[in-house]
Amino acid sequence: MSKVLIVAEHLGGQLNPATAKVVAAARAISPEAIDVAVLAADPAAVAAEAARIEGVSRVLAVANPANEHPVAQVYAPQVAKLAEGYSHVFGPSTTFGKDLMPAVAALLGTGQVSDLMSVEGPSRFTRPMYAGNAIVTVEVPADETVVATVRVASWQAAAGGGSAAVENVAVDATLPTHTRYKDLSQAKSDRPDLQSAQRVVSGGRGVGSAENFEIIYKLADRLGAAVGASRAAVDAGYVPNEMQVGQTGKIIAPELYVAVGISGAIQHLTGIKDARTIVAINKDPEAPIFEIADIGLVGDLFKVLPELEAALS
Amino acid sequence: MKILVGYKRVVDYNVRIQVKPDGSGVVTDGVKLSANPFDEIALEEALRLREKGVAEEVVVVTMGPADAQAHIRNGLAMGANRAIHVVTDAPLQPLTAARAFLKLVEKEQPGLVILGKQAIDDDANQTGQMLATLWGRPQATFASKLEVSGDTATVTREVDAGLETLEIDLPAVVTTDLRLNEPRFIKLPDIMKAKSKPIESIPFADLGVAVGGEQTLSTFAPPEARKKGVMVKDVAELVEQLKANGLA
Repeated sequence: MSKVLIVAEHLGGQLNPATAKVVAAARAISPEAIDVAVLAADPAAVAAEAARIEGVSRVLAVANPANEHPVAQVYAPQVAKLAEGYSHVFGPSTTFGKDLMPAVAALLGTGQVSDLMSVEGPSRFTRPMYAGNAIVTVEVPADETVVATVRVASWQAAAGGGSAAVENVAVDATLPTHTRYKDLSQAKSDRPDLQSAQRVVSGGRGVGSAENFEIIYKLADRLGAAVGASRAAVDAGYVPNEMQVGQTGKIIAPELYVAVGISGAIQHLTGIKDARTIVAINKDPEAPIFEIADIGLVGDLFKVLPELEAALS
Repeated sequence: MKILVGYKRVVDYNVRIQVKPDGSGVVTDGVKLSANPFDEIALEEALRLREKGVAEEVVVVTMGPADAQAHIRNGLAMGANRAIHVVTDAPLQPLTAARAFLKLVEKEQPGLVILGKQAIDDDANQTGQMLATLWGRPQATFASKLEVSGDTATVTREVDAGLETLEIDLPAVVTTDLRLNEPRFIKLPDIMKAKSKPIESIPFADLGVAVGGEQTLSTFAPPEARKKGVMVKDVAELVEQLKANGLA
């Protein structure tokens, strides 16, 4: 029988919503247990949050001052120790999971399934390759631990309302001191988080400048949406990089995605293909974004957006 | 110090991939192949460190079939001092590639290994992390800024929450993000010069790489196509459509 260990992602004492999506993927294996490991300096608050996710059997709280920041080479030896007795070790396909999980896999002497999209069996999964243009069935040798990052955009978060037991666990692992965390600089935003938002409005090169992005923020606020951007808009310096949506940025699956002034390069489309409804507003009728848009409008964004905002109020 | 750079040959990023009708893979015959874009950034960064006097030698490493020589010459023309070609016809999965890199690391004793954060064919994003782990050295992934000073490096990383800074002891593995630098173009005289630069060919079997942990990639399928959309002529129609979809 399968037993799944999930590594929780958290920041500032709050559990990342991606964790509940990883639980959903774990449940698709129909395992006998799903345990969540919370590594932190003080894991209590995050562990309590994780315990409420439906389907979680136990939460393993690993308190250690060395775990204050998520340094992959510090977390990995601990996760590899905890992995003993588990058939599967999962993490989210976020920068946290992508950084950590291959290190865990290497310690366990196994490969990793990146961006797990669907479960076909306990050791059979699908994942995207070639910027999402090929979906590949991957089989892990049945006698090996399955280490995977779960593609967050492919799974609906497991519900809350659970009440798993929280156990404090001591892990006996030698931790390196060769990597030292210095700081994290975050762009401040009151808007919903891009990765978990139900609605997202994104701007591209067509927006023209950082000042002009105000028009995108206004529409987003009207819709209660998060704001994203194409790589072109990030490279041009209109917005910070953490807003980038695409193969090399964030992969999202909101209910509504509004692409404004975005032509729709392959690398951008990869990031939004799973959105329920895609709306494209672009002045170029030939823009590839219209090939995948559910609703397309050819027009000047500086005229269309204020009109749209007024019509929605 | 010496810097080892991974330099993978992949299907060019502009190519629209076709999945083979029998699901055995993607069509690569007659398709344009290029350096993995993240690896070009890795090579550029290594060259800049050499130009700053931080590194003395930059070695590009390619693992691929015998016909990858032209690709390797591109790396040399961009400015690498020499190349190592691990010759193998089988595509290497990240764990195997990391184990092979480790053998080269043991042999070459580099102060820094710079790899791309992911290859745009398998999109795995694993090799650098696995190499650092097997080597027992620091990793700094998704680097957008790298400063080397003595035996340590300060690396700014592009993480979901923003920009994180780590200080790492060398030797270490760094993987590159898009915004680390703008790779230089190859100039004609450099292509001529590259012809006389050494390429060491090592058959994969001679490295003595451990086996195990290999996954089977059984079927390739194209992604599900989206339903054809509608074009609206003005904002009023757009709002109507949004309402019909329960979105406004």
